[in-house]
Amino acid sequence: MINNKISTLSLMSRVFMRDITLAWRRRSDIMSVFFFFIIAASLFPLGLGADPKLLHAIAPSVLWVCALLSCMLSLPRMFAADYVDGTLEQLIISNQPTLLIALMKILAHWVLSGLPLVLVAPLIGLQFNLNVNELQVLALSLLLGTPTLSLIGSIGAALTLGLRGGGVLIALLVLPLYIPVLVFGAGAVNAVSIGMSASGGLSLLGAMLALAMVFAPLTAAYALKVAIE
Amino acid sequence: MELTAPSNVLSVSNLGCIRGERVLFKNISFDLISGKLLYVQGENGSGKTTLLRTLCGLSMPSAGEVSWNNQKIKTLAEDYYGQVLYIGHLAGIKDDLSAVENIQFSISLSGYTVDREQAIGALEALGIARCADLHTRVLSQGQKRRIALAQLWLQNHPQQMPLWILDEPFTALDGNMITKLTQHIETYVNNGGMVIFTSHQIPAFNPLLVQSLQLGDA
Repeated sequence: MINNKISTLSLMSRVFMRDITLAWRRRSDIMSVFFFFIIAASLFPLGLGADPKLLHAIAPSVLWVCALLSCMLSLPRMFAADYVDGTLEQLIISNQPTLLIALMKILAHWVLSGLPLVLVAPLIGLQFNLNVNELQVLALSLLLGTPTLSLIGSIGAALTLGLRGGGVLIALLVLPLYIPVLVFGAGAVNAVSIGMSASGGLSLLGAMLALAMVFAPLTAAYALKVAIE
Repeated sequence: MELTAPSNVLSVSNLGCIRGERVLFKNISFDLISGKLLYVQGENGSGKTTLLRTLCGLSMPSAGEVSWNNQKIKTLAEDYYGQVLYIGHLAGIKDDLSAVENIQFSISLSGYTVDREQAIGALEALGIARCADLHTRVLSQGQKRRIALAQLWLQNHPQQMPLWILDEPFTALDGNMITKLTQHIETYVNNGGMVIFTSHQIPAFNPLLVQSLQLGDA
């Protein structure tokens, strides 16, 4: 029998859906990172006591740092399982550019680890006495910033494949690169709380997202090819 | 649809590979045409797997070129990958997907789709149809191996998939299955397919189809 051809778009959606399906069948993995964010962010109000002013002042940075860390915790999962069982090889010698495959895996990673944070962060923000306007900007800044975290993180995840102690190395590689996202993400929320416009910070987050979208999948794809050699 | 048998050439010239300080192999040259099998022989550690990975584009050679129909595979990239079916040491099977899901995904990576019935048909040919909907986590090594090999039953048209590169395809298989796989590979080659494989068992192929390549100093 002669098989039917499949389009690039359809293959890309299959790669994406496969990662979502696999994650769904191992729900505990995603849930643990998600709850890490909730717990880590909730520790601050508990530890600092009930000073609404102080909590309000530190909220943007605390929430953003927690988002950064929980995103980083989930990074090793992006390619490691595929590397171990040999599916990564198959992905790389598929008839589509590795760049597109990497992009789909990054997108799946964001949907599984970044998007839940965007959705739950406003709720956590309430603990910090943030008002509606600030919560909106917080969610928006995370919506623009977390995809950049996944994109930049993919480079670190790909570079550390197959290395011992890769987890710590990812942190060392990736956290410095996360700094601009943290600065402008938290900065946007801070700006709103002192009555300024958040548009500057948000625009820069958008610009970083656009830049990362162009370069990160390319670099990650190259790093993956090096990793499997 | 009637398709004529393909005539492709895989040419390798002066291929060499260095790993660290060690020369794994050097000056390997051969031409392989459609309708032939290349049996790569050599001791453990002689570089068989590396050679096969180089031929399918996973590893870069330290010297020499691999060409497909006179075009370098480096330049062809995806156009070449789409014509090669590589089954390596690692089965490339996801533990959390069922056998059918695994097969469907593997096939889509080479650019085609198969429906559930086709996938089950291939599993039947390999005698594991009853595992079709089980997560492969619960299967044995041999059964996982068979799921990986099921692709050979779905991509057996040399017009669509002209080259198979198989690294130790007979490991973890029982005697019956080995015979079946040998026959299947031979049919594919007779239809105009090209196969490169390694094996420590001496396979019972028609000697007229087989071209040998010895690695290491034997």
